[in-house]
Amino acid sequence: MTEQVAEPTSTGRRSWRGLRSRLRIPARLRRRREAAAVPGVPPVHPADRFRFADLLGEATADIGSRPGRLVTTIVGTVLGIAALIATIGFAQTAAGQIARQFDRTAATQLVVTPTTADTRGGATVAAAALPWDAVPRLERLAGVESAALLAEVPLPEAVIAAVPVNDPSQPPTAPPPVYAASAELLDTVGGRLATGRFLDAGHDTRADRVVVLGSRAADRLGVHRVDTQPSIFIDGIAYAVLGIVESTDVRAELLNAVLLPTGTARADFGLRAPGDAQARIAIGAGPQLRTQAALALAPDEPDSLEVNAPDGRSELGQDVQADVNGVFVILSVIVLLAGGVGITNVTMLSVMERVGEIGLRRAIGATRRQIAGQFVAESVVIGLLGGLIGATLGVFAVIGISLVRDWTPVIDPWIAVGGALLGAVLGLVAGGLPARRAAAIEPVDALRGGT
Amino acid sequence: MTAPATAPIPIATPGTTPAIELRDVTRSFPGPPEVQALKGVSVTVADGEYVSIIGPSGSGKSTMLNILGLLDRPTVGEYRLNGVLTSALEEDERAAVRARQLGFVFQAFHLMSRRSVLENVLLPMLYNGTPRAERESRAREALHRVGLDHRIGFLPGTLSGGERQRVAVARAVASRPRVLLADEPTGNLDQTTSAEIMALFEELHADGLTLVVITHDGAVARRASRRIRLADGRVSEAG
Repeated sequence: MTEQVAEPTSTGRRSWRGLRSRLRIPARLRRRREAAAVPGVPPVHPADRFRFADLLGEATADIGSRPGRLVTTIVGTVLGIAALIATIGFAQTAAGQIARQFDRTAATQLVVTPTTADTRGGATVAAAALPWDAVPRLERLAGVESAALLAEVPLPEAVIAAVPVNDPSQPPTAPPPVYAASAELLDTVGGRLATGRFLDAGHDTRADRVVVLGSRAADRLGVHRVDTQPSIFIDGIAYAVLGIVESTDVRAELLNAVLLPTGTARADFGLRAPGDAQARIAIGAGPQLRTQAALALAPDEPDSLEVNAPDGRSELGQDVQADVNGVFVILSVIVLLAGGVGITNVTMLSVMERVGEIGLRRAIGATRRQIAGQFVAESVVIGLLGGLIGATLGVFAVIGISLVRDWTPVIDPWIAVGGALLGAVLGLVAGGLPARRAAAIEPVDALRGGT
Repeated sequence: MTAPATAPIPIATPGTTPAIELRDVTRSFPGPPEVQALKGVSVTVADGEYVSIIGPSGSGKSTMLNILGLLDRPTVGEYRLNGVLTSALEEDERAAVRARQLGFVFQAFHLMSRRSVLENVLLPMLYNGTPRAERESRAREALHRVGLDHRIGFLPGTLSGGERQRVAVARAVASRPRVLLADEPTGNLDQTTSAEIMALFEELHADGLTLVVITHDGAVARRASRRIRLADGRVSEAG
């Protein structure tokens, strides 16, 4: 008796060789392809081979048949992905809120100051001077909502007190700083008055001897109400207190200060030039105003002025968003890993339970790769399902809580899509070990179990 | 008729290529203690023959079926299936041969409990390259042949033991194997149902299918055209 060595049909062999030489298929893949031509077994038409669609069909056929098991398998992924999406969503939403708060203040403030230069004696002096009409010049620029002048009046030796008595027994204390301010300052810095009124243009023009106190300066001077028309004394000269500033959005140092009209500071203390010009601008106008403001205030020498204007969005807000994202993502990844371990455990249990089925499939012709592929595909489908449910829950959690807290929900749509895909990747990784275990099962051993 | 343990058993239809040819097959399981489940067995089964392998528990019947079904490999010796030396086949090639040339019927049925009768019968055709367009018609034809047309949408759990085994037979023959291997096919069935299954096997044999039935039941074994008796891993009697 001669050994029967089956050869594939000569036509098929020739065309296959031709194709191989044309495509230069790698040797490993070639061997796998040629395995389809088994001695003694007629070759199978490629269309009738076990394909990816068959794998997917087998992987999904039984997934819903045990709802309890499916829930147990999927719950870890659902929670992990939901937590991931929700935390990223909350981080983005919270960062959006935080950024919005910063943007409302930091991103809407522009400050113009003269550049400085060092003198031979080592002192630092202003290299240029802001014009006294800086306010109307700035307010003509698009994007400037309000502008004001501010200058510190250097009075290091001055005695500032609420009563005209010089008590030598009192310990010496530093006087509160004195600033010259234009009438628009309160609006520009987002200030709120505790009592009284702020300076106006008339005080400036007339150089009236009036002041407005910051809340802490008022405490130091013992002035708490203005309806009694109190005055303070600067080097013995009386200034009527018009009001007390309770708070400001920016330049909190003004709360420690005594604010004079600029006209008064020029008349009484010889103030020569404004120290800086402060402007409240529209969000996003910073980059454009950075150049325009310098040109508006010093058209002949714009470089002599330094303009401090925010970028489109406050950098601080973006930093906060990045920090918050980082922390939340780490927490979510930990939750997700727990979900992955859950899938691995339940899939491993499933492999052990389905030993008989694995044996049957192997007996009727499934290869180890097909068995492994089926378990990986099942795991991927379960992971994808968990990812989809988790991503949906996460998005709804962000929207729901944002609605309750009156926030604007912010979530990148790609995060939700990525969350679902991450579930599939998690399934792929988590299914690897059980699939290897399933593929390694010998059919003889497996058939001893039930199906 | 008694044959020496190492001598090939005469084939029933001389002149054709044997479907199964075992030559001096030994299967050892490493110990300790090492167990020799088959000891120099030589058996030939002709194409289209109906053979039963009978023997007491521990005689090596299941080991022999596992080797015949390419689920296990001989430690020593040669096994040719339809003339092809199976020891030369790679793992994937053995799977392909199982898929396209062999059918299995097990004592425990091994039906997938969450798949319908039709889906169970379709399962082997997923792996053996049966043309897609023909799969369902072949499955229905096989179920018709075993008398289960009316049960195609049922789950195996709702069927009687005899019906389940008939589903298993339909599954084994739907993909048109050249050899059907049955391991204690009536082991879980009552006498009446066993007789039905054996009648079914006789019909398949009459159609030209090669059948190897492993059993410890003398009545079942006698239905075959030839019996091979195994004892302590050796062929003790053939006829």
